Amino acid sequence: MKLIFIFISASLINNFVLTYFLGICPFVGVSNKTENALNMGLATTFVMTLTAAVTWPIYTYILVRFNVPFLEYVAFIIAIAALVQLVEMYIRKSSPALYRALGIYLPLITTNCAVLGLALFMVLRDYNYIESIVFGFATGVGFTLAILMMSGIREELDFADIPKPFQGISITLILAGMMALAFMGFAGLIRG
Amino acid sequence: MLARLMIISVVSMGGIGAVLAGFLAFADKKLRVEEDPRIEELSGILPGSNCGGCGYPGCRALAEKLAKGEAPPNVCVAGGNAVAKKLAAVLGVETKDHKRMLAVVLCKGGRAEAERRASYRGDETCTASNLTGGDKSCSYGCLGYGECVDACKYDAMAMNPNGLPAVFYDKCVGCGACARACPRNIIEMHPEDHKLFVYCRSRDKGAYAKKACSVACIACGLCVKDCTVPGGIELIDNLATVNYKLAPQNGESAKRCPTKCIFSGIEEQMTMKNYHASARKTA
Repeated sequence: MKLIFIFISASLINNFVLTYFLGICPFVGVSNKTENALNMGLATTFVMTLTAAVTWPIYTYILVRFNVPFLEYVAFIIAIAALVQLVEMYIRKSSPALYRALGIYLPLITTNCAVLGLALFMVLRDYNYIESIVFGFATGVGFTLAILMMSGIREELDFADIPKPFQGISITLILAGMMALAFMGFAGLIRG
Repeated sequence: MLARLMIISVVSMGGIGAVLAGFLAFADKKLRVEEDPRIEELSGILPGSNCGGCGYPGCRALAEKLAKGEAPPNVCVAGGNAVAKKLAAVLGVETKDHKRMLAVVLCKGGRAEAERRASYRGDETCTASNLTGGDKSCSYGCLGYGECVDACKYDAMAMNPNGLPAVFYDKCVGCGACARACPRNIIEMHPEDHKLFVYCRSRDKGAYAKKACSVACIACGLCVKDCTVPGGIELIDNLATVNYKLAPQNGESAKRCPTKCIFSGIEEQMTMKNYHASARKTA
């Protein structure tokens, strides 16, 4: 039951993009086409799940055991960077088209604060291993959901008559704000 | 205690790093993508400034196209003939010499010459200023905020004290980035054997053009009459236009120009050294 709560909480109620405002860079940068947004979301979800699976043992069996939990930032960043590198190599090998489509945003997952944020939250909330992996996956699903919705709206926006000062990034940020407001509605879904 | 903590920190961090590095090294071997080795060699020859003069997104993209044989070796305008020859040698193909291209700023109406009709206090970029129509009475002239200078990756341009961009002809490689940056298309790319230019883009009628700017082309037609080859210079939309296929490039036809907006060959003496020397004098 707790796993379901974690899943709903991380993907909808405490959506990383829309309530914690983490990972805004790819959220704005790659959300102009639905196809690219979906791919970016999937890549990020994959990295996030792996991150949770790798950083939890590092934290529990190395940092806590040797009593150096203050190294979590450094250790997590190294682990995330290595994982992103691995995903990049894999995508480059398996799908060059996707590799080109993601372009600069793939290495940017390394500096995506949502991924680091996920690892830090996981520690803060004392999740066990299974919970951590579910949490990582759910966070990725939440990110994919947010970026997909955003890209859907932005594709429609191409046909809209937007006043000049609001064109481009401005309207995107306004939209993000509105989506955040809408997601506040999920807050009553689970009590406590 | 502190020493112990330090040792633990260093060892644990080093250990994590080493394990991940070993893992990545293994993955790199397994997942390596075979690439044409010539791409590395070709992008080493290219200037690497990603100016976009060839029409591809950057030097690396051009190198990939070159290796596939989808681009001729002489498209790199920044590298010129020397680079084209080296590229052709690597690819094992012939290349033709191409003429060096240079940027020419076709407006002489700076602060001293052009009338102002308003004062502009918006964002200090040409694009923004152009949206309002600019502050000069002439709606064809240089806006003077130096977007072309910002676009130049070769330090071959500067804004002179008169508020107009100057091209240093010893530095210009002809990539055309400035010409693309100019919202009013005042900058044109020309091969270096073009010498005769009409330094004005105003299509306004003579009387109005003259009022707006003291060096405007007023479409009087004297250069058209003086041109030794018929059809070498034509009046198109109130603007004298040089037909480079016909017109002799000496200054004969420019002698009687009342506003001195057409002349031949003085511009290319502007080098970086000359520019800084003259800027010091005026300051």
